[in-house]
Amino acid sequence: MHHSIEVENLSFAYPDGHAALRSVSLHIAPGEKVALVGPNGAGKSTLILHLNGILLGKGKVHVCGLDVEEKNLSRVRASVGLVFQNPDDQLFSPTVYEDVAFGPLYQGLSVSEVDERVKSALTSVRMGEYARRVSYHLSAGEKKRIAIATVLSMQPEVLVLDEPTAGLDPRARRALINLLCDLPITMLVSTHDMRLVQELFPRTIVMDDGEIVADGLTMGILEDEKLLNAHGLEKP
Amino acid sequence: MLYSPQSMHIPDGFLSTLVSIILWAISIIVVGYTLKRVGKDLGERQIPLMGVLAATIFAGQMLNFSVTGGTSGHLLGAAISTILLGPWSAVIILTSVVSIQALVFQDGGVLALGANIFNMAVVGVAVSYFVYTSLRKLIGDKSWSIFVSGFAAAWFSIVFASLACALELALSGTSPANIAVPAMGGIHALIGIGEGLITVGALAFLYSARRDLIESGSTVPMGGAVWIFGLGIALFLAILSPLASSHPDGLEWVARQKGFLETARSPLFHIIPDYVLPGISNKSLATILAGIIGALIVFGVAYGVAYLRKNQNTA
Amino acid sequence: MQLTFLDPYRPSNSLLHRADARVKFLLTIAFILTSSLTPVGAWPVYIFLFALILSVTILSELGIRFVLTRASLALPFVFSALPVIFTTTGTTLFTFPVGVWTLTASSEGLARFVSIALKSWLSVQAAILLASSTPFPELLQAMRAVHIPRLLVAMFGLMWRYLFVLVDEALRLMRARSARSGVSGDKNKKIGGSVIWRARVAGGMAGNLFLRGIERSDRIYVSMLSRGYNGEARALPLSALTRDSWLILCLGILALAVLLIFGILLWG
Repeated sequence: MHHSIEVENLSFAYPDGHAALRSVSLHIAPGEKVALVGPNGAGKSTLILHLNGILLGKGKVHVCGLDVEEKNLSRVRASVGLVFQNPDDQLFSPTVYEDVAFGPLYQGLSVSEVDERVKSALTSVRMGEYARRVSYHLSAGEKKRIAIATVLSMQPEVLVLDEPTAGLDPRARRALINLLCDLPITMLVSTHDMRLVQELFPRTIVMDDGEIVADGLTMGILEDEKLLNAHGLEKP
Repeated sequence: MLYSPQSMHIPDGFLSTLVSIILWAISIIVVGYTLKRVGKDLGERQIPLMGVLAATIFAGQMLNFSVTGGTSGHLLGAAISTILLGPWSAVIILTSVVSIQALVFQDGGVLALGANIFNMAVVGVAVSYFVYTSLRKLIGDKSWSIFVSGFAAAWFSIVFASLACALELALSGTSPANIAVPAMGGIHALIGIGEGLITVGALAFLYSARRDLIESGSTVPMGGAVWIFGLGIALFLAILSPLASSHPDGLEWVARQKGFLETARSPLFHIIPDYVLPGISNKSLATILAGIIGALIVFGVAYGVAYLRKNQNTA
Repeated sequence: MQLTFLDPYRPSNSLLHRADARVKFLLTIAFILTSSLTPVGAWPVYIFLFALILSVTILSELGIRFVLTRASLALPFVFSALPVIFTTTGTTLFTFPVGVWTLTASSEGLARFVSIALKSWLSVQAAILLASSTPFPELLQAMRAVHIPRLLVAMFGLMWRYLFVLVDEALRLMRARSARSGVSGDKNKKIGGSVIWRARVAGGMAGNLFLRGIERSDRIYVSMLSRGYNGEARALPLSALTRDSWLILCLGILALAVLLIFGILLWG
């Protein structure tokens, strides 16, 4: 039984020299729900981009039994679903149906299989009737849910979300939290929303300045005010 | 704020079918080749990059600045696209912009789309490229070479695209060359100044924000196929335009063409009518008859739709 | 900010709206081609074509006024054809002295001008009916059906998807500019700056938009990669045309062909 995510001594520097990740290591077991927190510039987004091979750094990255390298990229991307912060960047097809069908289509599935995947993905995010809609007209909350559906339709093992609750009004945020709560899938969420962390994620990883400074039970970390303050975080 | 049509987008009905088809053929060949080149140069990134930048140019065309009182200057974007992205990408982007403008916003006709693509995406881009690369080479390594070349490229792209447009109208017999060419050319010589200014403004902004973008666009050397093509088009239009407009009766040449076509058709004309439509040789009678039948068709359809609606409501 | 007024599509449940986009697309092209080939002065044919368009407008339940007002957008270009009245040789209708010159209007010239205006007007109406009754994603499918390269159709799709987003950004930039264009009330200060300055500001906004466009396209590219994109333009296969659609298509083309032949034989 493999770990869903295994990162060993991962380092990465951007072309301008900025060292975004310094020897980062972490393990996530199947079924775990983990929160990734830290100030802006900590390297959270950079780390996430390594998980499906958009960025390739020095060190080992192993997801769902596969090494993240050139020859495995398409399988890796089908196993690790990345949902980015801005849904407008993820809903790039003319209709919702085509957006959700994009992943399965590129996986090479047949027309009927694609259709099944689309229907079940939209149902899981409770947006079954939105298939023929045009994404431009949707609200922020609806777009976020469709964005998640576009990734779920690939039936990944792991779901990684970058700032899922950012920009949502309280009602949409609540709907999203309920959704994430019900999804029976390994999850890693990068967020500033500490109340979300407290509510949904039993384990928290704290990052700052390219390194992991804490990794443990959420309860414990949220009580450690000195730790939180040192890394620009606030207790919820 | 409604979308307002622009001065160089020819609507349907103004170009003869022959001219439209010829220009469609040319545009299809050029765009087809360009698609392959862009595929080679950009690879995977081409779909998102071309798509979004086409939307950007379209949005950019909505930016305006008031010139005097009511009139305002607009951007076409052929020059700025060529300078920043190179000719191949610029052709694809402008083709997309012009096509969507025609199909969705009726700015420019559907049949005339081939001509509009040719004028704006092909001539506009080729001439921009030729002028920009030549001037930059000539002026050398001074910082202002970008802005002067950019202005010139923008101005020439607008003027030459409009000349192509005028010549097409003249060839179609819609507008006599001795009026169309100077009129289109004159108006667009003014509009071109606006395009030039906006282009320089954009280059100035990018010069301080992202100089690398300006430098990377013009890496294709002078003497390449595109440069020659641009030179060729510019020369062709520059020579043909004054020639056509100085012709005493600009339409005479066109009339001679039409004469050819008419003589080719007349045998048919003589053979058929007596057998097919005896009695309707009176043209005005035919017109009245057509009007009556047409009105009957329209009423029939209107009645049918109302009937269907009623059934739908009561069902 | 909702820019739905920019989108010409008006949803409705009319017969026209429900028709297959591919059929509508092809018939629109056939109609425009027919009107383009119809000879000058073939008035009965133009009348028939107009009756056809009127009928389809009724079928669309969009309202005749809606279609007519949008069609008037094409009007300005008509002025470019005005000289034709005076430059075509033929039987003189009237003369018109203008300063030193005399303009001679011929009936052939007038017939030519009116024909051009009619062709243009009919074509624009057809295009409006197509755009107003067909959601753009379906138009894209119609384009694929007529074998426009998949790559180009994919680019069109992306362009349309982000059109409204970027126009929104452009409008916000303009709004910010006008918010800062207050008049100081000091009569000595020149209002608005020079034309050149204004153009440079507009150009700066254009450059800004361009940068944002490139950055956005990068983010979209990363999203596409994350979902398995490998560079080729893949799309779901199109459903087959129903028998009814085939019937409408064939009848439509037949009717137009008959009209055209009729027109060419008698007035060509």
